[in-house]
Amino acid sequence: MKVTILDYGAGNVPSVERALQRLGAESLRTDSPKEISKAEALLLPGVGHYAALVRALDEKQLRASLVDAIHRGVPFLGICLGLQVLFKSSEEAPRLQGLNLLPGIVSALPPGVKLPHMGWNQINAKRDLPLLAGIDAGAHFYFAHSFAALDSNEAAATCSHGADFAAVIERKNIHAVQFHPEKSGDSGARVLQNFLRLAA
Amino acid sequence: MSLAHRIIPCLDTDGERVVKGVNFAGLRHAGDPVALAARYNAEGADELVVLDIAASRDRRPTFLETIRRVAAELAIPLTAGGGIRTLEDGRAVVRAGADKVTVNTAAVERPELISELSREFGAQAVVVAIDAKRARDHWDVMVRGGRESASLDAIEWARHAVACGAGEILLTSVDRDGTQSGFDVSLTAAVSKAVTVPVIASGGARSPGHFVEIFEKGFADAALAASIFHDGVQSIRTLKEYLAARAVEVRLPC
Repeated sequence: MKVTILDYGAGNVPSVERALQRLGAESLRTDSPKEISKAEALLLPGVGHYAALVRALDEKQLRASLVDAIHRGVPFLGICLGLQVLFKSSEEAPRLQGLNLLPGIVSALPPGVKLPHMGWNQINAKRDLPLLAGIDAGAHFYFAHSFAALDSNEAAATCSHGADFAAVIERKNIHAVQFHPEKSGDSGARVLQNFLRLAA
Repeated sequence: MSLAHRIIPCLDTDGERVVKGVNFAGLRHAGDPVALAARYNAEGADELVVLDIAASRDRRPTFLETIRRVAAELAIPLTAGGGIRTLEDGRAVVRAGADKVTVNTAAVERPELISELSREFGAQAVVVAIDAKRARDHWDVMVRGGRESASLDAIEWARHAVACGAGEILLTSVDRDGTQSGFDVSLTAAVSKAVTVPVIASGGARSPGHFVEIFEKGFADAALAASIFHDGVQSIRTLKEYLAARAVEVRLPC
């Protein structure tokens, strides 16, 4: 199985690629709708501004093939912005439309804590999650963001920084994490490995 | 359950090899950046910073190659900088594999550089480094490797840098750097209270107690050190175990 990485120019694409390589997985970076339609497993990395991701999806005409593939049941993993874009929209760029695959919107983390939420934090899983299999409950993951899906019913695991937000989402073939597994040491590698197993 | 305090080893390089100054002078060689990066990644470092302190134009390709080789060893975030003067310099560093770019002198001279980088990569990727030196009734911002005063108040500059789009402040005490007499707690606390973004304290670390102090009394979100890690005076693993035993929230490596 090969993982198709949507390469819209996000800074973390090379590190995601390297992390998959270390796990012995084959990957292909692409910004072509045709490749996305053929994908066996899809990975959408992202870091930076929400608008950059949404604009790239539209400019490169990737939106339709991506939504289509997810509807068809192709295993999908979204990282950071790749989680946020699954919702209807984000306060970071209120006029732009997300993929609208999950109900709700992405909001700013509340003031009163240091922002961006940057560094290693623990998460709280509401049930046994396939994506977190084999990872200690107290494990830390690396986060770097100022916006999040707050109080989302979609959260399979939450993290807290000023407010509770979705750290992990698992709904059918849609998997998404607000943290960066490619930067989260051994625990992060395990998350990617679990996704590879789920997708196989 | 809360955000862990980060321990960040720093590799000061001449573009290619790791060097470390005492009071920003008297450089000596300390090792191979790629080997050190691999060691810190395995020991439980939370991030790594790589700086080109020589930052000469003709050696830039060598430094970018160093970033590529270091990034290949890491499963943790990488910050790189030293001599970043333009958006294009920042792009080159990110393309080479850095997650964050750090700027110092050029940002003091032209604060728009911070906004440009922040717009392109997001605030979480922009670390403004401030070298501060104690003056009579304030802290002075120093530039050009700590040698020249910029005639700016460090706290004011930190606030302004955040307003321009900095996502983090890397705060070095020029007075403490290389002395191993402990972090500057009052400087760090003053800056940390003045800004809304995380602050990385740097300069003066030696004992594990210095780290407890900078987190508890200096309100640092992260602490950076170089030579004590390179020389093996302090291992990151034992430092983190020490901190955890004193109820300081840290990420313990497996």
